[in-house]
Amino acid sequence: MKQGYVYVLAALLAVIGLSVFLYKWQVLGFPLSEDQEKPVWTVESAVHFDSGPGSIKVQLHIPTLTPGFRMLNENSVSRGYGFSINYGSGGREAQWAIRRADGEQTIYYRISVYEDDTVDESDTTPPFPPLPVINEPLKTAVDVLVADVRDHSADTASFTTELLRRLNDPSPDPNVELLLSEAASDAEFVDVARTMLASARIPARTVHGFSLAGRQRNASLVSWLEVHDGDQWLYFNPATGESNLPDRFLVWWRGNEPLVNVEGGSNVEVDFAIQENHLDAVAIAETQVSQRGASAVGVSLYSLPIQTQAVYAVLLMIPIGALIMVVMRNIVGVDAFGTFMPVLIALAFRETKLLWGVVLFTTLVALGLSIRFLLDRLRLLLVPRLSAVLIVVVILMMLISLASHRMGMETGLSVALFPMVIIAMTIERMSVVWEERGAVDAMRAGLGSLFVAIAAYIFMGMAWLEHLIFTFPELLLVILALVVLAGRYTGYRLTELRRFKELAAK
Amino acid sequence: MFSAARQLREKGVLGLNERNADFIMRLNPRRFYPRVDDKALTKELALAAGMAVPDLYGIIEHQVQVRQLTDMVGDLESFVIKPAQGSGGDGILVVTGRSERKRDSFRLSSGALVSKGELEHHISNIVGGQYSLSGNRDKALIEYCVHFDPTFAEVSYQGVPDIRVVVYRGYPAMAMVRLPTRASEGKANLHQGAVGAGVEMGSGVTLAGVLNDEIVEEHPDTGALVAGVEIPQWQFILETSAKGLEVTGLGYLGVDMVIDRDRGPLILEMNARPGLNIQIANGTGLADRIARIDELYDASATPEERAEISRREFKLER
Repeated sequence: MKQGYVYVLAALLAVIGLSVFLYKWQVLGFPLSEDQEKPVWTVESAVHFDSGPGSIKVQLHIPTLTPGFRMLNENSVSRGYGFSINYGSGGREAQWAIRRADGEQTIYYRISVYEDDTVDESDTTPPFPPLPVINEPLKTAVDVLVADVRDHSADTASFTTELLRRLNDPSPDPNVELLLSEAASDAEFVDVARTMLASARIPARTVHGFSLAGRQRNASLVSWLEVHDGDQWLYFNPATGESNLPDRFLVWWRGNEPLVNVEGGSNVEVDFAIQENHLDAVAIAETQVSQRGASAVGVSLYSLPIQTQAVYAVLLMIPIGALIMVVMRNIVGVDAFGTFMPVLIALAFRETKLLWGVVLFTTLVALGLSIRFLLDRLRLLLVPRLSAVLIVVVILMMLISLASHRMGMETGLSVALFPMVIIAMTIERMSVVWEERGAVDAMRAGLGSLFVAIAAYIFMGMAWLEHLIFTFPELLLVILALVVLAGRYTGYRLTELRRFKELAAK
Repeated sequence: MFSAARQLREKGVLGLNERNADFIMRLNPRRFYPRVDDKALTKELALAAGMAVPDLYGIIEHQVQVRQLTDMVGDLESFVIKPAQGSGGDGILVVTGRSERKRDSFRLSSGALVSKGELEHHISNIVGGQYSLSGNRDKALIEYCVHFDPTFAEVSYQGVPDIRVVVYRGYPAMAMVRLPTRASEGKANLHQGAVGAGVEMGSGVTLAGVLNDEIVEEHPDTGALVAGVEIPQWQFILETSAKGLEVTGLGYLGVDMVIDRDRGPLILEMNARPGLNIQIANGTGLADRIARIDELYDASATPEERAEISRREFKLER
C-alpha cells in the first residue's frame, strides 16, 4: 500500500518535472547546453525623403507573417515623429506623422528576427478572387493563354509553373508578348502573372522580401508569387518558376501596394541594411516566455540579479550532491562521516579545485587529528574540546594560506570558504572512531567521505549539468522523485554483496 | 554482480536497506526508541517486567556529580561504566579490580591500570555526549560487573561474551554468541574484532563463528573450537528475549544478554536496530525465518509459547 503511494508520488513528481522541462525546451526554446547561440538578423529600413511645406505622414509596410522566422523585437527611430503600428489590407503598416519638418528626413524602422521552423503561415484560406475586368484586346490574349495553360497542367501548382514558364519563354508567343508589353519592373511582371491566375480563379498575391545572409549594406527586395492551392500557400519564383522559397527568406510585406507612401514629401527612397548577430539562446527564449504569456511555467532564474544567480547556480547543485550521497550510501554502501559532510566538502572543492582541495582537506584533517590527540591528554570536556579543535583548524587554515602565498601558490588563498566547522566535526568524529574502532575503521570512513566528496564534486562541477539545472530548475522534481524512489530501495547495497559473500557461496 | 545479489536473495539474506525500510520503519514506532536507546530506562522497564538485569550502583547525569563516583563504587572491586545512550558497546569501561596498594588505581578488563582521574574524565565525556547516538548530553551508568561464567572460558579472551537474540514480532528468530578476542580488547563487539558464533535455536549449542565477515572454526586467541558449546538455560534466555516485545513494544528487536556465574542470564541492553552480521554467524539469512514467523504469528501467544515455537520451528536437522 505505502509502496504504491511512493511510486505514484515519484511518478507524479517526475512527470511534472519532465513535462515542464520538455515544454520549456521544445516549445519555448530554452537551450540544453550552455553558450548555445542563435543567429539573429536585424533588418533596418531607412526611409529617406525631402520634406514638403506642410504636415508629413509616412506609411511603411512592415513584416506581419514571416514563415520560418520569429520576431525578437522591433523599434523605430524617428526624431519628433509620432509613431504607431496599424493593420492595413496588406498586413501591418508602420505610420509616422509630424506637423512640420525641415529639409531631408530619415526615418528608421528596425526589426530583429531569428529562425524558428515552427512559425508557418497561419493565414486563413483566402476566397476565390473575382474575375478581373480586362479590356480587349488583352482579354482575348488572357483567355487563350489561360485555356492553353489549363490544358497543359493538372493542379494549381503545375498550372502556375506552366504559366510562369510561358511568361518567361525567351521566344514568347504573341499573346504573352502582348501582355508583357506593359510590364517594366519585376513587380509589374508578377502583377501580370497574378491577373492571369485570378482569371483562372486561383488566389494569388505578391510577396516581397529578401534572403537573410550575413551583412548586407543595401539589400534589394525580391518579389515572389504566392499561390494558394486550397490547402496552403505555395511560393513561386516568377523569373524561373522554381517553387521553393530560398533559404532564410524573410517576407517583408504582401500585396501590390507600394512599400512606402509618403504624404507631404518627395524623393522617397528606402534602403534596407541587414546585420547578422549571435544572441544567447536563453535570451531569445526569455522573450518567447513574455510573448506567449507563459510566465507561469517560464519563470526563470535568469530574471534574478546576477549575484543572486551566481548563488543559485551553486545552491541548485546541492540536490545533485544529495542524490550522489543517497546513491553512495544506500545503493553502493560507502562508509562516510556525517550525512551531508561530503557534499559540503565537495562545495568547498569548487573554490579550491579538486587536487588542491583534496590536499588541503587531508592535510587539515591529519594535522587536526594529531592536535586532537594531544588535546585528549588534557581531558577537556566535549564542547570546549570541539571548540578548541575548531580554533586549531582556523589557525591551520590561516598558516596554510600564508605558507602557500609565500611560496607563490595563489590557490592557497581560496581556502576561505572551506567549511571549517564541518572539518572540526569530522576531526572529532574521526578521532572517536579511531579510539573506539581502531585506525582501520577511522581511515575507511575518512577515505569513504573523501571518495563521496570527490564523486559529488565531479558531478556538481559539470558545467552542462549546472546549466541544465539552472535553466530547467523543474528537473529538481525529477531528482526528488529519484531520491524518494531510492528511499524505498530495499535491495542489497553493493558492499553487502561482498560482506555476505560467505552466505552466497554456500 | 546481479547474480551475487540473486544468490543472496535465494538464501534469504536480509540487506540493510530492506531491514531499515521493511522492518525497522514498519515495526519499530519511533516513540518507543527511548525505551531501548536509554539504557537507564531499559533497565527500569526490564526490572518492572520481572527480568533479571545487572544491579545499578548509580547514575551520573551532571558534570558536578562526577566526583560522586568514589561514593557510588565504595569498596567494590569491579564495576562497569557505560553511557546510557551509547551504541555498539562504545564508551563502555569495565573495571575488574583495583591496585592493592593504591585503592584509587583501577584495573580495566584490558589489563591496563588507570587512575581515578582518568575514570572521571571518561565519565565527563559520557555526560558531555561523546558516545551518545544523538550527540546530546547523556548519563553514565555505574553498574554491576558481570562475573565470567565458565561456559565460555575456552572461547573468549578477556571480557565477557554476550548472547544476541533477534526477536521478530516477539518470536526469537536467530541468535548468536559474541566472543571477545584480543583484537576486540575484551569487548563483545563484532565491529571491533570479536568472534560471532551462530546458535542452533533448538538446543542452544553454538555453530561455527565469524570474524570480520569471514567464517572461522577456532577462536583466534585461545585456539579452541567455537562450535559445540552449549549455552546454559537456553529456554529461559529465549523466553526472556521474547518478552522484549512486551517490554519495549518494538517488533524488530535485538536482545543482548550475558550469563553471570552467580545470577544466571541477565539482560544487558536491547537494540532497535540489530545488525545483520548475525546472518553470517549463522550461515543463513533472516528473511526465511521472518516469513515463517509471519505465517505462525499469533497475537495471543505468551512469550513462553513463542520461545517454544521458535525452538521447534528453527531447529536445525543434523
